[in-house]
Amino acid sequence: MLGLGILSGLLIVPLCGAAFILTLNGDEAAVARNSRWAALATTIVTFALSLVAWSRYDATSASFQLVESHAWLAQGIRFKLGVDGFSMPLVLLTTFLMPFCVGASWNSISTRVKEYYVAFLVLETTMIGVFQALDLVLFYLFFEAGLIPMFLIIGIWGGKRRIYASFKFFLYTLLGSVLMLLAVMAMYWEAGTTDIPTLLQHRFPAEMQWWLWLAFFASFAVKMPMWPVHTWLPDAHVEAPTAGSVILAGILLKMGGYGFIRISLPMLPVASQDFAPLVFALSVIAIIFTSLTAMMQTDIKKLIAYSSVAHMGFVTLGLFTLNEQGIQGALFLMISHGIVSGALFLCVGVVYDRMHTREIAAYGGLVKRMPLYAAAMMVFTMANVGLPGTSGFVGEFLSMMGAFKANPMVAFFSTFGIILSAGYALWLYARVIYGKLEKPNLQGILDLDLREKLIIAPLVVLTIYYGVHPAPVLDVFAPSTEALMTGMKAALANTQTAAAALPVPR
Amino acid sequence: MPPVHAALPSLAPLLPELILGIGVLVLILYGAWRGERSAETVSVGALVLLLFALFVVISQPAHGRVTTLSGAFVSDAFSKVMKSLVLLGSAAAIVLSHDFFKREKIDRFEFPVLIVLCTIGMMVMVSANDLIALYLGLELQSLAAYVIAAFHRDDVRSTEAGLKYFVLGALSSGMLLYGASLIYGFTGTVSFPGIVSALNDQAGAGIVLGIVFVAAGVCFKMSAVPFHMWTPDVYEGSPTPVTAFFAAAPKMAAVSMTVRVFIGALPDVTAVWQQIFVFVSIVSMALGSFAAIGQRSIKRLMAYSSIANIGYALIGLASGSQEGIEGLVLYMIIYLAMTLGTFAIVLSLRRRDVMFESIEDLSGLSRTHPWIAFCLAAMMFSLAGIPPLAGFFAKFYVFAAAIKAGLVTLAVIGVVTSVVGAYYYLRIVKIMYFDEPKERYEPMAPGLRVVLALSSVVVILFVVMPDPLRAAAANAAKSLF
Repeated sequence: MLGLGILSGLLIVPLCGAAFILTLNGDEAAVARNSRWAALATTIVTFALSLVAWSRYDATSASFQLVESHAWLAQGIRFKLGVDGFSMPLVLLTTFLMPFCVGASWNSISTRVKEYYVAFLVLETTMIGVFQALDLVLFYLFFEAGLIPMFLIIGIWGGKRRIYASFKFFLYTLLGSVLMLLAVMAMYWEAGTTDIPTLLQHRFPAEMQWWLWLAFFASFAVKMPMWPVHTWLPDAHVEAPTAGSVILAGILLKMGGYGFIRISLPMLPVASQDFAPLVFALSVIAIIFTSLTAMMQTDIKKLIAYSSVAHMGFVTLGLFTLNEQGIQGALFLMISHGIVSGALFLCVGVVYDRMHTREIAAYGGLVKRMPLYAAAMMVFTMANVGLPGTSGFVGEFLSMMGAFKANPMVAFFSTFGIILSAGYALWLYARVIYGKLEKPNLQGILDLDLREKLIIAPLVVLTIYYGVHPAPVLDVFAPSTEALMTGMKAALANTQTAAAALPVPR
Repeated sequence: MPPVHAALPSLAPLLPELILGIGVLVLILYGAWRGERSAETVSVGALVLLLFALFVVISQPAHGRVTTLSGAFVSDAFSKVMKSLVLLGSAAAIVLSHDFFKREKIDRFEFPVLIVLCTIGMMVMVSANDLIALYLGLELQSLAAYVIAAFHRDDVRSTEAGLKYFVLGALSSGMLLYGASLIYGFTGTVSFPGIVSALNDQAGAGIVLGIVFVAAGVCFKMSAVPFHMWTPDVYEGSPTPVTAFFAAAPKMAAVSMTVRVFIGALPDVTAVWQQIFVFVSIVSMALGSFAAIGQRSIKRLMAYSSIANIGYALIGLASGSQEGIEGLVLYMIIYLAMTLGTFAIVLSLRRRDVMFESIEDLSGLSRTHPWIAFCLAAMMFSLAGIPPLAGFFAKFYVFAAAIKAGLVTLAVIGVVTSVVGAYYYLRIVKIMYFDEPKERYEPMAPGLRVVLALSSVVVILFVVMPDPLRAAAANAAKSLF
């Protein structure tokens, strides 16, 4: 059909859904109901389509697959899509989480429902696009375009300080990414193309790599977010509606990590190696500092937001160990954190819908009235802590192992993060779920209804399944990681020989 | 006796200007004969005239370069694209003004006539190939523009705008003329190709002085900092359709004129003028972005926005390369769409014969007029340079050219100010989408709808099909090098 492949389909289907919802007309209640169902149907179809793409994907190969390429801006700037071991799981994670987001917003969004789902479906397209783009300009386009719907989602359906949070989110991220745009242009003039597979083979001069690396770092560090440019995240999380937080934590934060593994590490290996100590330092600070900050929070969402920053510290740590264990661990942690933090925000949404407050102090003793909820929350809290048997453990363990190999001191300090995470997560759980059920307005609180059970149950299953059997995810990453390692080693060895061959000045 | 065709210059390249010139004389006669009642007919006549001229411009050959009037007038791919933009801008101005002037009861036939006269001047500017032709076109355009600015003659703000524009405009014309005379004095010729060969890669102090004065003159016409002071006041004081016109067509002409002088006549002394435009570009972007933050009136905001946008466009010129000019032309194409779309919406904010011009009046527009709000949001995100809207690509090409030319500092300052600029564009989106709605406005006039629809299509769908516009820009740039 028009020469479009299945990956274009993944971009077009949500847009079609959005267009369809835009055309809905009639009285408000009917429009709202139809929008919800249309959005649910669209996200499920998109997920199904991504499963079809998955079935055509050969997980044993490291090459880009399902590639399609169309003429676009210039000879060297094409509309090129494709997936490999790094991007396929993230595409699946995105399409998988979207129906949950629609479900989570079912009752909690009651104003301007139509616009809400339009924004969400457009957001889905941009997120999938980021992971599928095989052209840097296209990658940038989706990377930035996602800001528009997210800005609207936070600003229109957010909490009290939504306007401040939405502006901060938008401008912070924009400032980071415009520098990346300049780096993309510099790469274009250097290599004559922005085609990612070609650039992966291109060797940039070492001097240039430094500048390019810093420009990309500005963007990805904000998106990740790394300490000290993480401050937009707690604000955005607290003010965003539940589904917005799920997407922020689950997918948007992964774009930074994906950018590192797709661009910084393979294309700029020399600079990545040179700057690794900087990343280590920032990661360790993030892990310890934000974990301590998380402990002192009084708002449930803010606490989880800070814990996300700490976990992203493990991801950057793992990625820049530049060894196989570390990178595999970081990638796994990205997937795991996508599921677990998404689920945690959904859980917060469940009680927020009932009580309309996120203050930790407003809760206590929920286990008496909500046993199922308490059980589900327990699983996710444990996964957040990194308890063996949950998916959180695998990623953290592997990235720590990689870190130990690269630099034992870094591993030593980052271990404190795990201890501290047990502190804030368990303390949160104790204060919300345990204790006496003495607050009068909590007496009538109801346990999960059918919709909520349907949303939360699959996430519980996945969290435990990937905890005991992480191989399916790790095996997909493995060929690409291996290819990355070989490529980087060759590039680094090459520069070393080049440096050794230089005549020694006398 | 030489054959007749040798004495008479070839008129084919001049055809669009001739059509407009003869047509506008007919319109003046008709208007004078019929008096005030003729406004409607003259408007329609002027619109038809402009569209016909547009058709003639488009059907001119796409390649090659034809000169006439002893080389004073040139027609090439660049003039073709820029003239199309000028004509589109002027035609849109007539469409936008139609409803407005009728309601304000100042619908006089002189307005469309002046617009057409102004357009002829602009087209001569675009095609000028020597300094005299350039100045003639500029003066014809400016004189008509001064009158248009003061068109609402019973309104103090409008007359003030006209007077201010006239005094400062005359000053800048004088500077440009002085610079031109210096260049003439030191090279002995006014023709652009002549100047190129006379300079022979050398620029003495006199030439440099001339270049500086000419640059000052053109910067005034483009409203680039530090010659921008008139812009906010004239934009705010003029009747809104006139503001829309000033923001569109004359900008295109002024930029083309600048390109003609600096790329056409002074390509070998790029190093001399490059630093001027790097400076002008940086201060325009910075001032436009920061000063817009505090504005309450949409028209003033658009004035500062236009200053910032000229700053971005000039990045392309400062690069001095073919890529730079390609980016510049594309920037102007997209800027025309964004600015016309925005003004179409501003002109639709009318309730019971009261026009609303403050940013606060957009409050909650997404609830009362969802489609208009959607289009305006697209325009704002596009002006802020957020992909996938067209404004992103406009910025992309000029920044890419700057990077290639090694102007990294300029590019970095540019992207950072674009983030500052994003703040005030976002503020408009915030007011439309996050704030509580006010009373509904009257439905949009059909003419405004057409302009808005066309510009929205360009702004939103450019990402899907960039090729036609990009190829036109590339062609235009190629014809200059």
